[in-house]
Amino acid sequence: MKLVEKNMTKHSFTHLDALESESIHIMREVAAECKNPALLFSGGKDSIVMLRLAEKAFRPAKFPFPLVHIDTEHNFPEVIACRDKLASDLGERLIVRSLEDSIKRGSIVIKDESKPRNPYQSVTLLETIAEFGFDACLGGARRDEEKARAKERIFSFRDEFGQWDPKNQRPELWDTYNTRVNAGENIRVFPISNWTEMDIWEYIGREKLYIPDIYFAHEREVMRRGGNVIPVSHLVQPKPGEKVEIATVRFRTVGDMTCTAPVESTARTVEEIIAETASTRITERGATRMDDQTSEASMELRKKEGYF
Amino acid sequence: MDTNTQLLRFITAGSVDDGKSTLIGRLLHDSKSIFEDQFSAIAKTSEKRGMAAVDLSLLTDGLQAEREQGITIDVAYRYFATPKRKFIIGDTPGHEQYTRNMVTAASTANLAIILIDARKGVLTQTKRHSYLASLLNVPHVVLAVNKMDMVDYSQARFDEIVSEYKAFAAQLDLHDVHCIPLSALNGDMVVDRGGNLDWYKGPALLEFLEEVAIDHDVNTSDFRFPVQWVCRPQTNEYHDFRGFAGRIEGGEISVGDAITILPSGRTTTVKEIVTYDGNLATAFAPQSVTLTLNDEIDISRGDMFVKTSAHAPKVEKEFEATLCWLAEAPLDRNRKYLVKHTTRSAKCLFSRLDYRVDVNTLEQHAVEKLNMNDIARVAIKVQSPLVFDRYDIDRSTGSFIVIDEASNNTVAAGMIA
Repeated sequence: MKLVEKNMTKHSFTHLDALESESIHIMREVAAECKNPALLFSGGKDSIVMLRLAEKAFRPAKFPFPLVHIDTEHNFPEVIACRDKLASDLGERLIVRSLEDSIKRGSIVIKDESKPRNPYQSVTLLETIAEFGFDACLGGARRDEEKARAKERIFSFRDEFGQWDPKNQRPELWDTYNTRVNAGENIRVFPISNWTEMDIWEYIGREKLYIPDIYFAHEREVMRRGGNVIPVSHLVQPKPGEKVEIATVRFRTVGDMTCTAPVESTARTVEEIIAETASTRITERGATRMDDQTSEASMELRKKEGYF
Repeated sequence: MDTNTQLLRFITAGSVDDGKSTLIGRLLHDSKSIFEDQFSAIAKTSEKRGMAAVDLSLLTDGLQAEREQGITIDVAYRYFATPKRKFIIGDTPGHEQYTRNMVTAASTANLAIILIDARKGVLTQTKRHSYLASLLNVPHVVLAVNKMDMVDYSQARFDEIVSEYKAFAAQLDLHDVHCIPLSALNGDMVVDRGGNLDWYKGPALLEFLEEVAIDHDVNTSDFRFPVQWVCRPQTNEYHDFRGFAGRIEGGEISVGDAITILPSGRTTTVKEIVTYDGNLATAFAPQSVTLTLNDEIDISRGDMFVKTSAHAPKVEKEFEATLCWLAEAPLDRNRKYLVKHTTRSAKCLFSRLDYRVDVNTLEQHAVEKLNMNDIARVAIKVQSPLVFDRYDIDRSTGSFIVIDEASNNTVAAGMIA
């Protein structure tokens, strides 16, 4: 730990400081009140911010929870490399459970290898929660991402099937959080609920966080399908007659390779991404997540089934 | 890059008929916080429903049931920013049975926008919303007199509503009320001033939201530090490190300050203020920090540090509070519940129900039982003492929730009187 004298004045207490303090407070509530928590860590930018917040909440001690990744095996290799590097740099325990395990067990039946695996992620997540007996899972979801998330509590209670009941949520007042669950139930906790995409980028810049380089502009083989730019990968190959081109793109989100589209961009630094984020006219998930475009309620339905 | 923008949380109270969703839509739209894909989605829905223009109120409908039934069933949070401030909107439905949602959203708000339809003036629901804003001690209130276009932008009508409202508001504990005439539909005095309300010389709504002073919305005078988590690394490098992690809920603290640990009453001094970014000389609310102390004292989660020199909080096993009952199942006075107050939880009994407040008339009524949305003055006995302030002094150390241990549900919210 650095020991430098830094004095903040009240005047310089910014929105990022306010959000950071709120998130630290939430993580410490989980550490103090939950018996067996875990932090869901994917190697994406939001969960990388979560790691820094956990450092701020718990250092000089170790994290009072392991990092857990539910691997769809549809992830970008750069993201997995970043996941492993950050977990190892921090010296924290990383548990990886793969959808492949669930497929082998027969609890997931895949119909089409080239289709997104997000709908199945909930199955492996619930199996992992049961395997370790986690009573709380910290996740990096934000309310500005999606309409259903805008209505979800910071401490979001899930029943024994992992289901979210939007009409029957516990009231959440002040910063007094109800963390209680019965055996077999659990709580999803979202410490960065109140952060926006812009806040995340400003924080990555301020804290100089290491993120996968596919967030920055790079050249990549893509195809155009409908209005979307589709990255070519071993999972998604051009259909007969489809043209592959080299485009300069970056990813705004890094999810399942089969349904995460990059945006055309020349932003090669965090500052340039912030400038682009400030002027973009399309939402983060709208631009990049084809699975959320299928119906007005896609995310709400997935959450009801146990998705984080 | 990192500007000095502050964070302002506000709520909007009013019904769909008052144009609440339209006002939020207008704020987001005119401040360029609506994205094209969001806009095209609501344009599509508006067309499907046979509307002539794009219905901005659709932006705030989140869940399937709401879209199907055209209602808002819960608190939704929206985010937008201007170069001066970042904003979090707690969007609460104005419908009668949803008092609990407004109470929930108001609990974290710096400011409440209370909407009035200029044609209708001060209604029962205006009084209810104002009472709840005062009960939750929301520091600033904006009375937004909407639909001025429907009353020919009449200054006389605005003045009439303002004086009626101020007469009513005088009974309440509202500290800072500001009245703004506007038309959400046409965009007058929301983000832009428009050309129809030239007689109004005050700030437009967004300008007011950007400028209102919020530094003193937290308790700045009395240091309050509930211990949240004890940090004991037990590594070679930090073998003897024992830090007390928490968030400062009031006032400020410096290295060397004398503190009292409550409820034990033991005293010591602050050795270090530890943060990940380095040690601080002084820290203030609402920073999250870790304190180390100059004496070894048995301290655990739930204890509260206060400055020895400051105004002392109460340490009691019985107290009076205003309670808002939030659960479908009514209060059962034969049962014990759990109070969670700051970082301390304790079993409790409701020893007295004094009266119920009619949120529409502010009249006090005799009370036998508490149902959902009821607000009542009660006396509570707890198994072990709590360390608290009056809610109007400190919103953090003066508030608590009540949990039903059988269902684990949060059944009530309380403000200590």
